[in-house]
Amino acid sequence: MNERLMDILISSFGEIFMQGIKITIPLTIISFTLGLILALFTAIVQVANIRILKSLARFYVWIIRGTPLIVQLFVIFYGLPSLGIILDAFPAAILVFSINTGAYASETIRAAIESVPKGQLEAGYCVGMSYVQTMRRIILPQALKTAFPPLSNSLIGLVKDTSLAASITITEMFQVSQRIAARTYETFALYCEVALIYLIFCTVLTKLQTICEKKLQIE
Amino acid sequence: MLEIKNVQKSFDDLKVLDGIDLTVEKKDVICILGPSGSGKTTLLRCMNYLTKADAGEMIFDGESFDMNHISKNDIARIRRKTAFVFQNYNLFRNKTALENVTEGLIIARKMPKKEAEEIGMKALTKVGMADRFNYYPHQLSGGQQQRVGIARAIATDPEVILFDEPTSALDPELIGEVLSVIKELAKDGMTMVIVTHEMNFARNVSTKVIFMDRGKIVEEGNPDDFFTSPKNERTQQFLNSFKNRMEG
Ligand SMILES: Nc1ncnc2c1ncn2[C@@H]1O[C@H](COP(=O)(O)OP(=O)(O)O)[C@@H](O)[C@H]1O
Ligand SMILES: [Mg+2]
Repeated sequence: MNERLMDILISSFGEIFMQGIKITIPLTIISFTLGLILALFTAIVQVANIRILKSLARFYVWIIRGTPLIVQLFVIFYGLPSLGIILDAFPAAILVFSINTGAYASETIRAAIESVPKGQLEAGYCVGMSYVQTMRRIILPQALKTAFPPLSNSLIGLVKDTSLAASITITEMFQVSQRIAARTYETFALYCEVALIYLIFCTVLTKLQTICEKKLQIE
Repeated sequence: MLEIKNVQKSFDDLKVLDGIDLTVEKKDVICILGPSGSGKTTLLRCMNYLTKADAGEMIFDGESFDMNHISKNDIARIRRKTAFVFQNYNLFRNKTALENVTEGLIIARKMPKKEAEEIGMKALTKVGMADRFNYYPHQLSGGQQQRVGIARAIATDPEVILFDEPTSALDPELIGEVLSVIKELAKDGMTMVIVTHEMNFARNVSTKVIFMDRGKIVEEGNPDDFFTSPKNERTQQFLNSFKNRMEG
C-alpha cells in the first residue's frame, strides 16, 4: 500500500468516524427512541382492541411495511415541499426513520405481547386488578423481555439504514466517504473504510445486546 | 350466601350451560363432577364473570345481579368477594411467589406493601410455601406453583374460592400435597366450589356433590348418598368408569 493512500485512509477515518458520532449516532438514537414509543402505542391499541385506533394502526403498519424506506424519505423530503410543507433534512430523516422503526417494532412488540399466556391476564382480573394494571405490571414486562433481541436487531438495522439519509442531503458517514472518494479517486478503499466503520458501530451494539440479554436472563 | 339461577351459556350453536341452579352456603364445600366438555369450567368462569353468561341471575349476599347485564363496577365488587384457582395455575411469571400473592393486594386494593407482605407470608405459610417465598414460578414444581396459586386466592380473604380442576395438570405424585392444602382450608371453614376428578377427595371433603352432564346438573346430593347410591344413570356410568379405572 502506498503512502498517499495510507494518509488518505488515516485522515478520512477520523473525519468519517466523527461524522458518525455527530450525525449517525444521534439520528439512530433519536429515531429509535421515538420509533419505540410509537411502536408501543401502535401495538397496544391493537392488542387492547380499541376500535378506530386499531384500524388506524393496521393501516399505518401496512403502508410503511409495504413501501421502500428510500421512497418514504423522498416523499417526505422532496415530495412534501410541493404541497407547501418544507422540512429540513435532519427532522425529515428523524420523522421517516421513527415512523419506519415504529411500524416494524410494533409488529415485534405485538407478537411478544400475544406470546404471553393469556391466563395471567385473567389471574390479574381475579385478584381485582384492571386491564391496564395487569398489562403494565404483568404482561408488558414479560413481552418486552421477549421483544428485546428482535428489537436490538432493528436497532442495528437502523444504524445501517441511516446511510440512506445521504440521499436527502444529510452529510452522515456514507456521504462524507462519498465526497472523499470523489476527491481522491480512492473509491474502493474509501467505501471499504466506511463499511468498516459501520461494522465497528454495529459490533459495539451487538456486544451491548449480549450483555443486556444476560442481565435480563438473570432477573 | 351465593345463589345462581337458570344460568344459560352458548358458544355459537353449542349450548354449554343449560339452566344451571346452584346455591352455596357459608362453609359449603361443593364438588362438581362430570365428564369433560360438560360445562364445568364455563360454569365457574361465569360465576366470576371471566365469561359472560347469556342469561342468569346471581344473588350474592342478598344482592341480585343480572348475569348478562352487569356493570363493570358490580363485577369488580363480586370479584373482590371471590377468588379463582386455575387448572394451570396462571401464576405471574415475572413475579416471585410472595409477589404473586401480594400483587393484587398492593395494586388493586392499595394496601401498604408491608401489610401486604405480612398477609402474603401468612398465606404462603398456610400452603407450606413460606420457605420458597423468593422463588419465581419457573423455579417451582407444578404442585408448588398450584399451592402458591391457592395462597394468592386466600390472601384476598374471599368469601368463596372457585377451583377449576386444581390438580389435573399435576403429576400423580404431586396431587396429594395440593389436595391436603385444600382439605386444610375446608377444616378452617372456607367456602369452596371445586371442580375435580379426584373421587376420594370429593367424597371426603365435600358437603355436597354435583354431577354435571351436557350443560345440566343431573344429580346432586350429600357425598355418601351420591357415591353409594347414585340415582341417575349417567352418574352411575360415570362413577363406574372411575371405579374400573382404579381397579385397573
Ligand atoms: N371460549 C370458548 N369458545 C367456544 N367453545 C368453548 C369455549 N369454552 C368452552 N367451549 C366449549 O364448551 C364446552 C364445555 O367446555 P368446558 O366448560 O370447558 O367443559 P369442562 O370444563 O366440563 O370440560 C366444550 O365443548 C368446549 O369445547
Ligand atoms: Mg374444564
